[in-house]
Parts: sequence; structure tokens; C-alpha cells
Amino acid sequence: MSAGFYEVNGKQVPHDEEGYITNLSDWSKELAEVIAKQEGIDMTEEHWDVVNFLREYYEEYQIAPAIRVLVKAIKKKFGPEKGNNKYLYELFPYGPAKQACKIAGLPKPTGCV
Amino acid sequence: MAEDYKVIEELTTEEAQTDPLYVPEPVDGASEHIRSFPAAAEFEEKLGYPGERPANWQEVALNKMDELRGKFRSFRLFLDICVKCGACTDKCHYYMGTADPNNMPVGRQDLLRSVYRRYFTLPGKWFPSLVGARDLTEEVLDEWYTYYFQCSECRRCSVFCPYGIDTAEITMAAREILDSVGYGMKYTNEIIGKVFDIGNNLGLPKPALQSTLEDLEEEIEEDTGVPVRLPLDEPADILLVTPSADFFAEPHIDGLIGYAKVFHATGAKWTLSSYASEAANFAMFIGSYENMRRIALRIRKAAIDLGVKRIIIGECGHAWRAAYQFLNTLAGPCDFLDPKYPVPQHICEYTWDAIQAGKQKFDKSQNDHIKLTYHDSCNVARASRMGDYPGGQFDIPRNIIKAVCNNFYEMPEGTTREATLCCGGGGGLLTDDIMEIRKKGGSPRMKALKQARDEYGVNKMAAICAICKSQFTKIMPDHGFAVDDIMSVHQLVSNAIILPGSEQEKELMEEQTEERADAAE
Repeated sequence: MSAGFYEVNGKQVPHDEEGYITNLSDWSKELAEVIAKQEGIDMTEEHWDVVNFLREYYEEYQIAPAIRVLVKAIKKKFGPEKGNNKYLYELFPYGPAKQACKIAGLPKPTGCV
Repeated sequence: MAEDYKVIEELTTEEAQTDPLYVPEPVDGASEHIRSFPAAAEFEEKLGYPGERPANWQEVALNKMDELRGKFRSFRLFLDICVKCGACTDKCHYYMGTADPNNMPVGRQDLLRSVYRRYFTLPGKWFPSLVGARDLTEEVLDEWYTYYFQCSECRRCSVFCPYGIDTAEITMAAREILDSVGYGMKYTNEIIGKVFDIGNNLGLPKPALQSTLEDLEEEIEEDTGVPVRLPLDEPADILLVTPSADFFAEPHIDGLIGYAKVFHATGAKWTLSSYASEAANFAMFIGSYENMRRIALRIRKAAIDLGVKRIIIGECGHAWRAAYQFLNTLAGPCDFLDPKYPVPQHICEYTWDAIQAGKQKFDKSQNDHIKLTYHDSCNVARASRMGDYPGGQFDIPRNIIKAVCNNFYEMPEGTTREATLCCGGGGGLLTDDIMEIRKKGGSPRMKALKQARDEYGVNKMAAICAICKSQFTKIMPDHGFAVDDIMSVHQLVSNAIILPGSEQEKELMEEQTEERADAAE
């Protein structure tokens, strides 16, 4: 991939070389669907639960949550069979942090992660 | 995501796929297409480099090379002394994984050595073609960028070089020269900027860090019934500086829980710092002493502000190298710390001391579902030490493992200790845009792991480096392992440690009482 644009409702939304959007305020549900499709993911209600949680957390803390925190939140809401790492990797095979963040329109977590 | 990697026929044979140290015939240009994203102007400028390539870039680059050869005798010596004996040619995991001769250590060195010869040696100035000297052109610069970011600075080759030439130092110098003309790498340089702005590689602000730590305290109390603290910015005796991945990623965070339990059990007064919330020092990867110093000074400042007597470094390979080799010289003197303890100290040294003191209780059976092997991380193995004797860096982590885990097995000889194979993601290569080189470079280690699996039934591997852990979660699934088959060493400690007053202690005591009753009957 190189830096470019997502096409959403006839509008162009810029993204970086790795597909993360450059202006976080450009995000919309339609855009999330477009990014997900490119990642080979069909957005189900379960995917949306994760994406929505990420966005809420980001709004409060300006960073994506640790996987541990995400798992715990999902567990609280949907029970232990969904509150685990494996479930999150099933939803987002490329890793819940990076792939889900991309779809949620958040910056990529950087560092040794 | 589709994987469109270049396939080298020879590497698909069964022998090549099983022998961890398999050496293919060279294939010219086999990995020339693998290039990481260069840094944008804003990331270069934040680190004191030009945002755009200067018009006189050749002059700037050669001046930088001249400066480095004057400043670092090692660099000059390494460029002058190679006799092309070939001992290093089959030692690099990136060569083994790609078959590209520019990934042979001598090949990698020669990319720069040829330019050095042209401008700084007499024969190269007069008879360049006779001595393998070449002009510094734009193509050469691109080639440097490609291949110096296919080196993880792991120093495996230097172990086998009869002269001790360290390719890592040449790679660092090359990256510093590239940065001097605004040609840096996005991954490393964006991250260094984040440390300056926020305090850590991740960009984790204090409120998020605080909240994560509180969550972990809650979790530990739920598991053990003991209120174990993870203090932040509190006056203390010990400052723990750990990679920010320990606050975020799996299995890193289980290691952090392990450190907290050990500190609790030993009654230590310790703290984390939001200002120095990062042990990693990516400036080392790009050979920038100025930026490395700026990052290291944050640790010094936090230690002084919090009034601590000791600095302990968490599980992170290159951070340990940066702290062990440079904290005192670049950001020292650390004369305000207690001289009775090593400055700095590794968390494994601390834990091993605690185990040896014999006051901690462990229930090793908690790790009985695990058949473990241990991956020596390159910067710990070949660029630092632990304890008070050579080789302590190999023994101490293993001693800890054996104290908390019943089933431990080594990977094949020639792939461990000082000859350890890199995970494939070290030295600033842990970025998704060059996943191909990460996977190919990690393949020798994966083959060694599979041998241990086939021979002993090994099902987990432990490491003490944040980069290794993250890299393995990405590459192990390609080799029949799960993402959580890579563990932190302190995760094993965390599983086995019996905290005073904990649920685990009660259970253990009940079991012992029952056993005694059974024996009496």
C-alpha cells in the first residue's frame, strides 16, 4: 500500500502508507466499512462492539487501550466466552490492536508492539 | 492481507525448511524489493535532521562519514581491517532467510566500505576499480537505505569474525549518515519523536497509564486476594523503567504483573515514572548518540525527581544494552544512586537475588502444563551482561526459569547463548511494512524452535525482550504455534509465586494438610 485516499460517498479521505486515516475527524461508519472491506473483514455486530469501545476509550485517553483492558471490557459486556484474546483474534486476525484501530480510525499503536 | 513474498526455490526444500542453520546459495537482489517506509520531514526535523535532502547531500554525507571515522576508532578499524576471509558469510539470519548476498555481513559492510575506500583511502582515490571503491551516488544511497534496514544489529556475525568486526556498528553509522541527509526510517524516527513529546514509544499519556495500572492492580487482587500495587510517580527506593509495550501488549503485560508480584513479595518500595515511561531507546538503532542521550537523560531526571536509590530495567533487550552500556557514560554520573547495587540493575538480577535469598515461595506445578524453551535475545546475549561473571546473562534468566518451571528444554546448539539467532524484528525492523524480511529473518529461529518441539514436546517459548515477544506473536502462527505460545519470563514467575496471605497460599497449605493427614492414616 502507499499513501492515498479512501472513497466514501463520493468523498476522498486521505490515509497514510499503512492505511491509517490521517485526519481522525474524517472517520464515519461508512468509512469503517470501507477500511474493513480492504482488510478482508465483514463488519458484524461483534466487530462494531470492539470498534465502538476503542473509539470511546480513545476519546477519554487519546490512545488505544491495552489488549488486556479491551478483553476485560468485552468480557464485562458479553461474558467470558467472548472476553478472551482468541475471540478478538478471530474477529481481527491481524491483531485486535492494529487492525481494529485502523478500522476505528485511530492512530496505529507504535513501539515494540 | 495477501502475502506476496519472493520465493527462493532452494529454501523450499525439506532440508532447508528443517535445518535452523541451513545456508542457501546466493541469489543476487533476492531482497532488494524490501524497503521500509522512509520518515516524513516532520519526523526527521524533530530529531535534528534535515526534512529534505540538501542540494549538497554528497558533501554532507561524506562529512558525516569523516566525522564518524574520526570519532569512533572502532568504525574506522572495522572498515580497514576486513580480509574477506568469509567466516561471517553464512552467519546472518537475514542471509539464511533471503539468500541475498548483500545480507551476508561482509556484503552489508562492503556497501559502505566501498564508498569509504573511494574517498578516504589512497588506493581508492587513485585506482577505485582495483580496490572495489565506488562513488557515492543516489543509487548507492538507496541501496544503503534498503540493506541497512535489513540488519537487526544483533551482532551474531561479530562472534564468528576472527577480527571481531561488528556489523552492527557499521549499520548504525550508515543509518546516522542517511539521517544526516534527511533519509531516515519512519518507524524508528516517529517513535523517538513520541518519546520526546509524551515519554514513551507508544504515545501513552499519564492518565491512560494510570488507568491501565489500576486495572492491573484490580486483576491481581481478583486472582490472588492480595492488594499488590503498581505505583506511578510515587517517592520510592527503586525506579522501574520498562518498555512501554509492558503496559500494552501481550504477553508483555503478564511480565509486568510478574515484576509487581516480586516487588510486593520482597517488600520493595518501588515506582514507575510517567516521565520516563520507556526503557527502549530507539536512538541506539539509528546510531544517534545525541538522541540516545536525550532519551537516557529522561531516566536520570525521573530518578532524581523521585528520589530513588536504584534503577531497575524491565524485560527489554536493547534497552538493557542502552542502559548497561550508556546510562552512566551518556547520562551519568549516576552518583546519587546507592553504590551497593549495580547501576542500573536488570529485573532478572533482582528476581534471581530474591530467589536465592530463599524467602519467596513458589508452586512450580502451576507451570506444569508448559514445556518451555528460552530464546536468548541478541542485545542481552551479545551486548551486555548480568550478574558478576561472564555468561551471567545466559544463566540468570535460565536459573529463574528453572526455579519456577519444572519442564525446561534447550533449543539446538549453535542457536542459543552467544550464538543465539535473532527473532528477526530487532534493531528497528519491528514494523509491518517490512514483514517479509521479519518473517524470513525469523525463520532460522522458528526452525530451531520446531526442532525443540519435535524432540521434547516444547509448547512455549519465553524471552526477556519486548521486541522479540511482539515479533514472535506475529511469526509463530506461521509455524504451527499460537499467538500466546511466546511468554515473558516474569509471566512464569507470576504463575508460580505464592504471595503471603494469597488464595494460592491457602490452597497450598490445605493441600499440604491433606497430604499430612493421608500420610498419618
